[in-house]
Amino acid sequence: MNTRRMTALAIVALAATALTACSAGADTGAGSDVDAKTATSAEDFGGMDALVEAAKAEGQLNVIALPDTWANYGKIISAFEDKYDITVNSADPDVSSAEEITAAKNQQGQDTAPDVFDLGSAVALDNLDQFAPYQVANWDDIPEGSKEKTGLWVYDYTGLVSIGYDADAVPAPKSLDDLLGSEFAGKVALNGDPTQAGAAAAGVYLAALQSGGSADDIQPGVDFFQKLNQAGNFLPLDPTPATIASGETPVVIDWSYNNLAAATENEGQRNWKTTVLPGSAVGSYYNQAINVDAPHPAAARLWQEFIFSPEAQNLYLAAGAYPSTLAAMVEADTVDKKALDAVGEMPADLVQFTPEQTEQATSLLAEKWAAAIS
Amino acid sequence: MTTSATRRSEAGSAHAGPAVSLPPTDASDASAEPAAARPRRRPRWALLGLTPFALYALLFLAVPTFLALATGFFDGDGAFTLDNLTALTEPAVLGAFASSFWVSAVTAVAGAVVGALVCYALLAVRPDGLIRTFVDAASSVLAQFGGVMLAFAFIATIGIQGLVTVFLKDRLGLDLFADGVWLYQVPGLLLPYLYFQVPLMVITFMPAMEGLKRTWSEANATLGGTRFTYWIRIAMPILAPSFLGSLLLLFANAFSSYATAAALISQGAQIVPLQIRGALISETVLGRENLAGSLAIGMIVVMVVMMTAYSALQARTERWQR
Amino acid sequence: MSAVRDSATPSKLTSRVILVVVAVVFAVPILSMVEFTLRAGIDGGHDLGHWAAILDPENSRKYRVLFQGIGNSVVLAAVTVLIVVVLLLPTMILVKLRFPKLQRVLEFVCIIPITVPAIVLVVGLAPVYSVVARLLGSAPWTLAFAYGITVLPYAYRAIAANLQSVDVGTLAEAARTLGAGWGTVLVRVLLPNLRRGVLTASVISVAVVLGEYTIASLLGRNTLQTSLVQVSKSDPFVAVAFALLALAFAFVLLFIIGRVGSIRRIRETP
Repeated sequence: MNTRRMTALAIVALAATALTACSAGADTGAGSDVDAKTATSAEDFGGMDALVEAAKAEGQLNVIALPDTWANYGKIISAFEDKYDITVNSADPDVSSAEEITAAKNQQGQDTAPDVFDLGSAVALDNLDQFAPYQVANWDDIPEGSKEKTGLWVYDYTGLVSIGYDADAVPAPKSLDDLLGSEFAGKVALNGDPTQAGAAAAGVYLAALQSGGSADDIQPGVDFFQKLNQAGNFLPLDPTPATIASGETPVVIDWSYNNLAAATENEGQRNWKTTVLPGSAVGSYYNQAINVDAPHPAAARLWQEFIFSPEAQNLYLAAGAYPSTLAAMVEADTVDKKALDAVGEMPADLVQFTPEQTEQATSLLAEKWAAAIS
Repeated sequence: MTTSATRRSEAGSAHAGPAVSLPPTDASDASAEPAAARPRRRPRWALLGLTPFALYALLFLAVPTFLALATGFFDGDGAFTLDNLTALTEPAVLGAFASSFWVSAVTAVAGAVVGALVCYALLAVRPDGLIRTFVDAASSVLAQFGGVMLAFAFIATIGIQGLVTVFLKDRLGLDLFADGVWLYQVPGLLLPYLYFQVPLMVITFMPAMEGLKRTWSEANATLGGTRFTYWIRIAMPILAPSFLGSLLLLFANAFSSYATAAALISQGAQIVPLQIRGALISETVLGRENLAGSLAIGMIVVMVVMMTAYSALQARTERWQR
Repeated sequence: MSAVRDSATPSKLTSRVILVVVAVVFAVPILSMVEFTLRAGIDGGHDLGHWAAILDPENSRKYRVLFQGIGNSVVLAAVTVLIVVVLLLPTMILVKLRFPKLQRVLEFVCIIPITVPAIVLVVGLAPVYSVVARLLGSAPWTLAFAYGITVLPYAYRAIAANLQSVDVGTLAEAARTLGAGWGTVLVRVLLPNLRRGVLTASVISVAVVLGEYTIASLLGRNTLQTSLVQVSKSDPFVAVAFALLALAFAFVLLFIIGRVGSIRRIRETP
């Protein structure tokens, strides 16, 4: 009996060693194309067609944190899949920008790691060593302040902070103070916690700008939400497509493209309208970046090219987001005029917080928010 | 029964030293039997038998836990610091621990009591029958039903526009939320948590209930005891260790439950798992990831305290069984 | 109907009342979900429109990820149950037989997974998994190693409750004196007595695996729960419908496992 046991153990040990030896050889096969990993533009591949060929050879693309209804990403992903015949694996639509970076670090070296990121500016500026530099073909169409000079991160789109509401449940809010009224009791929700989510923080910034504050002082914004909470109008529930459809969150402060998407999704279920308050408008560009350890580097770069092509940029516009190449597209007449008319011109007084202002604002929020809405 | 008990206590005293030391076992067994070959081989084989599990637990439990907790001792740049641990004494964090403890304790006790009642009711049902299998399967499924969907189920039921809320308001004039919307604050966690605590109790406690031997109730009846005395003086003491064990499991389950709370409470971080969420996923307040490690250390400390209390209680309740 | 009713068993009436009350209370949230999926539109009313959308071939791209997730979850459940039966059960029996002093230690080890929230555990699991990925690839089934740890608290408690009432020591000694090897003792003597506990442990392990979200999401694997969340972002009605289907699927699976276990037991009882 003892010898039988010993033999069994020996076989297991041998098998384990064999497995290790075998798999040590079969390392990440996708990384065999060394050129793709260090390519900084389409020329490095030998032209756009060569890039497309290399990407098709990889056959897959991993994206993360791109819900289908966020700025039309559903349509953008389908368009990319159809145009280049590359399967897009869209993982974790629910996670925040910080979690995108964590996922990349957690899955480093595995072929499920994300290839590209779509991040808020704060997280992007904090993690520059995670990105690979790349300049798209129409690099000059992107305004100077909207890109890092080697292409580590590039602005792709922004929205405006808006108020979405169920027209059958509440009257249309014309000003911020309307939300303090009794018709909005227990009805106003923010898309997340401002100390965690960029969209919610932007909502507080808007309240600040509309209540006499400025980009350097968002205390009036926190005060407004404190008043909203004391009036019993603030709903601490996270609005999702499900809660909007069920009527649990009749008023949602969120990016314009999200509220517009909610209106289309809920056609026939809810009479969802979106309004941007007159006066100062708050926007915040998101950033495209390529993972420096991308398992599919050629496909990642092709995605970047696609995102900044008029096709994808117009899809952003159709969702109600302002693409970063808007000015260039208007000049070159490649813009989707119908979409532009529907969304309206970008407001001249669009406020985007600088990194210093963001840092100051978020430390204020970290200090004061929990107490204000408790 | 007495013979096996004494035999077990003999074996217990033979293992008086640490279970891992071989010589004492050898000596006592060798003195008991002339055939020294078999006893000497047994301990070595037995230790080997523990290795697979030990290896598995080491690799996938000990190492990750250690790594995760270790992040609590470092800051973002990799330097050793005790700042994260001192951050645990902030009033907001202490309040979160208190709330977590309160919610976990209440749902554990309530869940245990209701679950035990259901187990009691199941004793009258045929153990291999359809009802029993139905309840088993349903309990297993519901014990793991959590997160976003559970939260939404409760929003749809007793949310502001929920089925039951609207029904109560329209038909009976009762406004559940007259004093404010409590569903999206800490008290609102109690009902969703109970929804998975009770089935968990049923699942983990039922085998113990089934272990109650018929002979004991017959002995009780023969000696003139009533149903009341059976339960109070025979069944409950026997079930106490398992009941406490399940209670502890329920407490731990609620204490570390994260997904449901995250879906219901989006503002603020009133319980510890939400504090951890804030530290790890925030895209506006950056650089607090290591706080999550120290928060986890705090949670483990609470659990160690609970386990010690549980062990002490267990030792008392199991006294008579040994 | 015996004159002296067994004082251990409640009356049929008490039993029925308790079970019905609890069943009704627990059915209400499920019914609310069903009602939500049947909503027809702004003008009220109910119809099967959302359920029909599931079968609409136009949406097949959206649901492709869902079916992949279901397949992965089933494989994960099977491997996890294997880990429980092959690794945990013999260890628990061994500890009870040979190392009773280690029982507390084992219990503590088995309760740690539930005290460290998954969201933190993943921070530590990620480096371990990068090693695993190099050895075994990043196929979804490798997640079962982490799941085996996650189900430890539940499986341990289920088997322990059963172990407590079975005199393993006497049975093992009796079998040994009759000449049985340890393999026979384990499989033919102890296992049949522990069938209830093992079955319960397996059933709850399957349930845990099918309901686990955090670890799968943070390690980037596609399972039932992660794919549900993905679908819910684009269509909440279909997501709730799928969640209900997932619950029903898990329930049917576990019901079948339970029936098979019961039938074998009925057949083997003399």
